[in-house]
Amino acid sequence: MPHASNTMAQNSTNIPFYRDIRFLKVFFQILFLIGLILLAGFLYSNMLHGLRRQNLPLDLSFLSSEAGFGISEGIDYDPSDSYLKAFWVGVVNTVKISIIGIIFATVFGFIFGIARLSSNWLIRNIAAIYVEIFRNIPLLLQIFFWAALTRALPMVTNSITISDSIVLNVRGIYLPTLERTPEFNTWLSYLFAGIILAIIVVFVLAAFRRFGRFSEVHHTDRPSFISDIIFGAKWAAAPTFLIVAIAGLFLTSEPPFVVNRPELQGFNYVGGMNFTPEFSALLIGLTVYTSAFIAEVVRSGIQAVVKGQREAARAVGLKESQVLRLIVIPQSIPIIVPPLTSQYLNLAKNSSLATAIGYPELLHIGHTMMNQTGQSIPIFGMIMASYLIMSLTTSAFMNWYNYRITRIGRSS
Amino acid sequence: MENIAITQEVKPPNTSKGPVKWLQDNLFNTWYNTILTCLALVFLFFVFKGGLTWIFTQAEWEVIPANLQILMIGPYPIEQAWRIWIVLCTLFVLLGLSAGVWKGLVLRISAAIAIFGLILLLIPLDVVKNSEAEYAVLEFNFNIIYLIFLKRTWLLGGLVLFIVTFFLGRDKNVLKRWVIGGWVLSLPYTMMVLHGFGENSVSTTHWGGLFLTLVLAAAGITMCFPLGVLLALGRRSQLPAIKWVSTIYIETIRGVPLITLLIMGSVLFPIFMPGDFQLDKVLRAELALILFSAAYMAENVRGGLQAVPQGQVEAAQAVGLTYPKTMLFIVLPQALRAVIPAIVGQFISLFKDTSLVTIIGLLDLLGIARSVLANPTWQGRYIEVYLFVAAIYFVFCYAMSYVSQKIEADLGVGKH
Repeated sequence: MPHASNTMAQNSTNIPFYRDIRFLKVFFQILFLIGLILLAGFLYSNMLHGLRRQNLPLDLSFLSSEAGFGISEGIDYDPSDSYLKAFWVGVVNTVKISIIGIIFATVFGFIFGIARLSSNWLIRNIAAIYVEIFRNIPLLLQIFFWAALTRALPMVTNSITISDSIVLNVRGIYLPTLERTPEFNTWLSYLFAGIILAIIVVFVLAAFRRFGRFSEVHHTDRPSFISDIIFGAKWAAAPTFLIVAIAGLFLTSEPPFVVNRPELQGFNYVGGMNFTPEFSALLIGLTVYTSAFIAEVVRSGIQAVVKGQREAARAVGLKESQVLRLIVIPQSIPIIVPPLTSQYLNLAKNSSLATAIGYPELLHIGHTMMNQTGQSIPIFGMIMASYLIMSLTTSAFMNWYNYRITRIGRSS
Repeated sequence: MENIAITQEVKPPNTSKGPVKWLQDNLFNTWYNTILTCLALVFLFFVFKGGLTWIFTQAEWEVIPANLQILMIGPYPIEQAWRIWIVLCTLFVLLGLSAGVWKGLVLRISAAIAIFGLILLLIPLDVVKNSEAEYAVLEFNFNIIYLIFLKRTWLLGGLVLFIVTFFLGRDKNVLKRWVIGGWVLSLPYTMMVLHGFGENSVSTTHWGGLFLTLVLAAAGITMCFPLGVLLALGRRSQLPAIKWVSTIYIETIRGVPLITLLIMGSVLFPIFMPGDFQLDKVLRAELALILFSAAYMAENVRGGLQAVPQGQVEAAQAVGLTYPKTMLFIVLPQALRAVIPAIVGQFISLFKDTSLVTIIGLLDLLGIARSVLANPTWQGRYIEVYLFVAAIYFVFCYAMSYVSQKIEADLGVGKH
């Protein structure tokens, strides 16, 4: 069959360009990009037309003009401040609710996640019910519910007080705080001395350890001085610091802190820390919802540690607490961190639901600004950019943390 | 003799599992578990006491039956409600046929849905509107039971159709592709029936309640899935232009909250469209939901794609499959099977996220609940209404996650 093989050879060398995969790859990508550019151009020209119709020039000068609307809570702000300042108040409020929410959600999430693995049947099932209920109900509904509850709290004169320090009323939740006294600065100097002493102790210990075994350890096997310092820091730093800090408490003439309880003065409670009803509702909603998800992350992370690891640890005679601390937790943390990160990101993004109950966060203030100025496009750009920056920083930080702990896991 | 002696000596361990033994093992095995059990019992006592007292003595439940119709279908005109019933009956026909043709898991899921329908049929939540007072009264007498059945003829008809079509479709493998085609066409069919044509058409401004939530969720789920798969393939593509555009899209969408997209759809969208181009409000919200969920879906699918060994692709190429065939028949089936829980989780999220359209003023289940609460007659009844709405959301979400577990077990994920 010489004829057939000949034509085949010809075909493989002379592929027409429209069937050549190398050409097609480039061609389709260019086509794709041209399509995208055309779409973007279409939208852009429409936007120009639309803006001309609404008689709204696209510029950012409005940002420096007076905002003129009040914001119910947040950092220092006055309606005569600029729009940019108002927007910044919103950013700070979003960051505030996100950080506090993340802390609370992590604490409760870990508690419920571990409770789901409890050997106690009752505890295990209470935790499971909590997780299933709050995971399967929309967050917005939960936030509306808590908002309605906080609004239905009694008036100031009939406030609910819990052990004289926590106060609930229609103006929000009041919690006691620790206030500094004049003696605080003296105590601060003790703390500083404690840090210095701890560093000295660490170095002394490290040096002692290094020279103490210089003779017995083989030269090449000798650990670096850094590892000696880490050893010292691990065992000596915290106790030294704590001893000095506690001693400082007794050596100052009066305690450096006093508990500042909320107290009724006139028609309002003064002192302590006040969470407004909106903030409280949002915080409760975000905490409860996210903690249910975090509980699942924690549970599956711990369960993902192979059973044999526990059994092996028990077999070599570790105590149950040691099995957890030395074997299970170090192996489950790297499994837990990536999904935990996405839960944190979700919480930060979900804080935007506050706009529905009137907590003045980023989106809420942005929306007000849009209604006042009509500059929806630049303001939307600012809102999206703020969320993107927050998301990217959080995930960058958590990725760094993840990298660090996985590396530790591998080296040891 | 020695052997017998040994067998007599070794008694089997006591494996009796009486209730006392169970309590000892599960609640009081250590001193701290005993303390925890006691604390939990005290906690449960107060929760149940408070909860039950409230439910049976303080709560005023008449707000639910009085507004049941509006909670279910919103401002949808009641004289057009037959459209919804027709859609429901069609779905029951499809369900029945699928149950008959495929059996197994499909049968069990469909049967569960049918049983749920039967329970709805029997709950006496129907109400006779009292025209004098604004609120409704429940009257449990023979008359009402008759009325309930009259009002639910449709539901009963749907269930009957389900059973009939189940027996019709049983063991008829030829029907398989027709049923699949039916499911594919069911979404446009549903939209057409619900919207209607001409004078009697019901515009989407009248869509609301649980009905709107279900439409948003169903359309969102069916549309975001293929888009997500395309985006995931795009992100793993070897063509840099497609890869980068997909990546930027996915990461941008995942970095911003859904609510910004929804508000963008309602505020910015008109600016970017030519002059007199108008798009329905519900459709814009649906688009935002789809575009948002697709980005998350893409990441889930990508996780599955990464789990498929490279050798599978190479083998497919070696036997001469083209790229679409490789993906469709070799890679995607394995990839999707590996990430069923994540995908269903995303569906559940989408279902819950439909509640966000409340913020842009649509009257979905949550939005309509809020408008009921805004009515002065029902002022302060928020706990009852929110609990009822929460229970509906919970039932749907929990059912979805339960089904996903069953599918996973059925496909033997992680076993072979």
